[in-house]
Amino acid sequence: MSQGILAITEQVDGSFKNISFEVISTGKKIAEKTGGPLTAAVMGAGVDAIARQAAEYGADRILVADHEGLKDGLSDACIQAAAQLMAHVDPAVVVIGATSSGKDIAARLSARLNAPLAMDCVDVRVDGDRVVATRPMYGGKVLADVSLSGFPAIVAIRPRAMEAVAAQGAGEVEKVDIRLDGTTLNLVEKHLETGKIELTEADVVVTGGRGMGGDDFTVVEALAKALGAAVGASRSAVDEGWRPVSDQVGQTGKVVAPNLYIACGVSGAIQHLAGMASSRVVVAINKDPEAPIFAKCDFGIVGDLFDVVPAVTAEIEKLKG
Amino acid sequence: MEIAVLLKQVPATESLVEIADDGTAIKTEGINWVMNPYDEMAVEEALQIRDAAGGTVTVFSLGPEKTVEALRTALAMGADTAVRIDTQGTLLDGMATAKVLAGELKKGAFDLIIAGHRAVDDDNFQVGPAVAEFMGIPHISMVIRQEQADGKIRCTRTIDGGTLVLETALPALITTQRGLNEPRYTSLPGIMKAKKKPIDTRALSETGTDPGDPMVETIAMRLPPQRKGGRIIEGDSAADKAAALVRALREETKVI
Repeated sequence: MSQGILAITEQVDGSFKNISFEVISTGKKIAEKTGGPLTAAVMGAGVDAIARQAAEYGADRILVADHEGLKDGLSDACIQAAAQLMAHVDPAVVVIGATSSGKDIAARLSARLNAPLAMDCVDVRVDGDRVVATRPMYGGKVLADVSLSGFPAIVAIRPRAMEAVAAQGAGEVEKVDIRLDGTTLNLVEKHLETGKIELTEADVVVTGGRGMGGDDFTVVEALAKALGAAVGASRSAVDEGWRPVSDQVGQTGKVVAPNLYIACGVSGAIQHLAGMASSRVVVAINKDPEAPIFAKCDFGIVGDLFDVVPAVTAEIEKLKG
Repeated sequence: MEIAVLLKQVPATESLVEIADDGTAIKTEGINWVMNPYDEMAVEEALQIRDAAGGTVTVFSLGPEKTVEALRTALAMGADTAVRIDTQGTLLDGMATAKVLAGELKKGAFDLIIAGHRAVDDDNFQVGPAVAEFMGIPHISMVIRQEQADGKIRCTRTIDGGTLVLETALPALITTQRGLNEPRYTSLPGIMKAKKKPIDTRALSETGTDPGDPMVETIAMRLPPQRKGGRIIEGDSAADKAAALVRALREETKVI
C-alpha cells in the first residue's frame, strides 16, 4: 500500500489561497502518521513561480501541471489534471480544500477513482489503516466521525478549520506534462467582489437579522468596517430581500466559524444557530430579552440595536485610536 | 426538453437534532420530514423550463417507503412522473447513491438533470457531481441563473467571493443554489392531481446496479459543544453596555 499523501492546492489571482497552505499542513500531519512522502499538486497556467512556496509548508515533492487550459481553474480541466498528477504519486490520501471549486473536484474525482470521500472536514486523523475524518452534518447541528475504507481516501477540508503551519520541506518544482481532452466547460464571465471579505474566511462576522427592519444595514456595516469583519444576514433578512442570498448564514446558507460572531437583531432560529455554532465567541444584541439567541451566546446586550451597535462601533474605534 | 430532478427527503431545518442511542445516527422519532430545500428549487426550475420549452419532468428519489411523501410533493408542484428506488433497508453512502441514480438515469434520455447542491442532512455536496461523472456528462454546481439555447446551457454559479458564468453542452447536470428561484407552494388541486399520478417503484436489487460496499461509514456522532446561556451585559446606557462589552471581548476573550 502506498503511504504517500497528495495535497491539491488552489490559487486566486496568481497566488495561493490560504486554504492551500491549510491543505498542505493537513497533508503533513497525515504524512507523519503514514510515513509520507507529502506531495503538493499545483495546477494552473504560469504557476511555476509560486509553486515552490509549497515547500515552506513541508511538501517533499511539488508536482506542477502548467497548462493554458487550467488558467481559469475550471473544474473539468482541474479534475483531468488532478487525476493525471495522481498517477505519478499513487497516494494513500488526497487532501483538498472544500472550497466551491474543491468540492466539485473532490466529488467527481471520488466517482472517477471509486475512492471514498469525506467532504468539508474539520479534523482528520489516521487510525490503523483507516482515515477517520470529523465533519459537521445537519448544517453543523451534529459532528460526525466518518471512517474511510478504500484508496485513495479523499479528504476535503473546510477553510479555516485546520491551521497552516510553516515547515521546511525538500520539495523542488517538478513539471508534469498533462493532456486535457474534451473539456466541456467554457468560462463566459467571471465576477469577483473586490474588497469584500468572504464570510467563510472572515475572522469576525457581523450579522443583521429581522430586527434590522429594512435594507438599511449602515450600522452593521460600520461595525464590520471597524472590526475588519464580513457582513452576514439571517434567513429572514434575506427572505425580505434586504440582503443578497450570498450573505446568508445558516443551515440553508453559509456555515461560518469566525473568532468573533456578532448577531444584531437576530432572534436565533435553530437553522441559524446551526450555521454559526462553531464560532469561538458569540455576541448577541437584541431588544427582546426572550430571544433564543441569548441562550446560545457568550455575551448578550438587551437593547435597541440602532443604539447599541453604533455605541460598540464607537468603542472599537476608540480602541484603535 | 426531458428533465430529471434528483431529490431527497430530509429532516426539516427547524428540527432539533438528538443523537440516537447507538451514537452513529440521529433520533428519527418526532422528526418532520420534508423535501430537501435545494431540491425544491430543482423541482421549481425544472417546472419553469418545461412550461416554457415543453417536455416532461421526472423526479427520482432513493429511499424507504416514506420517501413517497417528498415525491408526492414534487408531483403536487407539477412534476409529471416520479421514480422511487426502494433501498430495501440497505444504507447507501453518497457514492453508492450516485451510482444507483446514474444507472436509472441512463435508462432514460434526459437533456437536463437538476439536483440540489447538497442535502441539508449529510451536507455531502457529492451526489450531483458524482452522478454527472458516472454518466459522463458535464455538471455546473450552485447555479443561481440558467438559460438554454441551441443544445447548450449557460449558467451563473456562485463561487467563493463572486460568480462565474459558464456554458456547456447538453445533456448536463446542474445543482441549485439559493437565489435560483422561489419554489411554489403546492395547491389543493395540485395535491389532488398528484394522488392520481403514478410513482414507479423499483427495488434496488432489480436496478442492475451494484452499489458496492459502503466506503464511508459514520462511526460516531455527537453534538458540538453547547454554549450555556450568555452573560447579559448590564449598564445604564447603550454607551455603558458597549464599553463593558468591548472590555470583555478584549480582556477576557482576547478576540479584539
